[in-house]
Amino acid sequence: MKARSVLLLTAALILTRSAMALEPTTDRPPLNGNMPRGEYLARVGDCVACHTQHGGAAFAGGFAMPTPFGTLYSPNITPDKATGIGTWSATQFYQMLHTGRSRDGTLLYPAMPFPAYTKISRADSDAIFSYLQSLNPVHLANRENELRFPYNNRSLMYGWRLLYFTEATFAPTAGRSAQFNRGAYLVEGLGHCASCHSTINALGGSGDDSAFAGGLIPLQNWYAPSLTSNQESGLGSWSIADIAALLKDGTSKRGAVYGPMAAVTHNSLQYLTDADATSIAVYLKSLLELKPAVAKPVANDIPPTVLALGQSIYADRCASCHRTDGTGMPPAYPPLAGNPSIEMDVSVNPLRMVLNGGYPPQTSENQRPYGMPPFAQVLSDDEVAAVVTYIRVSWGNLGALVTAREANAMRLAPLLD
Amino acid sequence: MIWRAIALVLGLYAPAYAEEIKVAPDTIEARAEGCATCHGASGEGTVDLNFPRIAGKPSGYLFNQLKNFRDGHRSYPPMNYLLAYMHDDYLRELADYFSSQPPRQQSTLEPSMPTDEAGRLLATRGDSKRGIPACVLCHGTRLTGIEPGIPGLIGLSSRYIAAQLVSWRVGTRHASHPDCMHDVAARLSEAQIHAVSSWLAAQPLPVQAGPAAHGAWTPVLACGSQP
Repeated sequence: MKARSVLLLTAALILTRSAMALEPTTDRPPLNGNMPRGEYLARVGDCVACHTQHGGAAFAGGFAMPTPFGTLYSPNITPDKATGIGTWSATQFYQMLHTGRSRDGTLLYPAMPFPAYTKISRADSDAIFSYLQSLNPVHLANRENELRFPYNNRSLMYGWRLLYFTEATFAPTAGRSAQFNRGAYLVEGLGHCASCHSTINALGGSGDDSAFAGGLIPLQNWYAPSLTSNQESGLGSWSIADIAALLKDGTSKRGAVYGPMAAVTHNSLQYLTDADATSIAVYLKSLLELKPAVAKPVANDIPPTVLALGQSIYADRCASCHRTDGTGMPPAYPPLAGNPSIEMDVSVNPLRMVLNGGYPPQTSENQRPYGMPPFAQVLSDDEVAAVVTYIRVSWGNLGALVTAREANAMRLAPLLD
Repeated sequence: MIWRAIALVLGLYAPAYAEEIKVAPDTIEARAEGCATCHGASGEGTVDLNFPRIAGKPSGYLFNQLKNFRDGHRSYPPMNYLLAYMHDDYLRELADYFSSQPPRQQSTLEPSMPTDEAGRLLATRGDSKRGIPACVLCHGTRLTGIEPGIPGLIGLSSRYIAAQLVSWRVGTRHASHPDCMHDVAARLSEAQIHAVSSWLAAQPLPVQAGPAAHGAWTPVLACGSQP
């Protein structure tokens, strides 16, 4: 029972609404280049997203991360001596990232992605630490976590760590290019992509075999697609340039970022150097070599009335941008034909795009983004289900039927904190 | 070749040609498509009266609203979500676009409501006992607002106006300090909100439906959103 609690706790804590945090916007999107190294690495690690509360001072913490087991609050990492990390040393900072233990020995909850950060090099850790120490100190006391019994017992983390955490340093893969290894370092370490893009198994953990295998983000109701399945991310058929553009610019010829990934581009990935964006793309594309593509059966059990309704809504509401043949007008209006975001077994992402719409973030390469309107207020559950079903099975797409009940459930999904 | 030329002239190739266009129009209209299902293609409003017409409102006012939605000072999750990752320059461009569109009467779609004298008196004279200034003192005798920050109040649905007054009162809508509409809305009774929003919605848009130029008059209250 206790072990089970540990594992369930993990499911709730490792994935949070962190990605939805907002970096304050300014007059224009930032231009890249000439950023000091520590600041750049802190960007790539997306520290600001969780360590800043909405409308609060950057890095001063206090950001609420609700879980089914209670609410966690991120700590202040500005150099304030009383409430921040002003009295920490670079070694203590590295030990925290590397071991998942705070300076006083407290075991960190995996809302702090130490299972990935353990691979950050000492040199990079030192650079990030120097950057954080250079910030203006903000006096803001850390807020106590509000976890319910028994989840408020930190010793549960001993069990979790035994099962799911291994201290590690990044080891380049021999025989692979420097570009591949740079991408691997960023994806597995600082970028902590697996925090969202991994399957949380039935026991609430994510083992090696599930790394980057995709996962539903608890409470957010967005699905982070598998990075190792061509049927989900579909990255195998993407060019390196398109993957890099998606991450950094928020848009590409194959699709745009949406949901929590829009926040990741806004807070973090838009600052990537072209070289790092390309390295990440090279590595992500290589992940598909790990698993062979599995042929998927064609859905043939769709009631004709559903298809007819879906088709008529599509013609009426969608075709002017995404075109009758589903090819869209990329990069402004993404293609729907052959778009794995739409075909995935988990249908929450296309449902939410139809219900909520969305604009990708404004970035230096996408200064005036095109966007999708919400349809929650004009389409019924039956209509939403029909049009999403239609795009999931048309033009050779291999998705399955979506029900009105599934569409209805997504109406209650939170939009932002 | 000659036949193709003739066909082109006659427009016979047009449908086929249209299907070849695979690049989105490089216009602000196309970029504002995300607003269309609620506010209409050019901001003229739709049959759903919960969503206001935004066409022809003062640009500074629209910009303030976009910014407030983005930053969470005005709470409406669908808008907070759509604008989360836009910067000021782009919000300003969107505001300018909708501001430049001709305003249209949206409230004619609403079933006519009986309007009593109380609404008219409140809008034109105010309620000195409760310290409520008349709407016309800031929004103008035509009630079409003034550049850059004060919006018009007519040609909108009563339910939208009433919802905004309630939002100000309960604190889900804020403006820059001093937030004078908060102070005004906080003094309005339920009955007064109903009366004034019904009366405003029943007024026809004047021929000159757009906002007056900055400086046309001095609003009676000092408000943070009107420089």
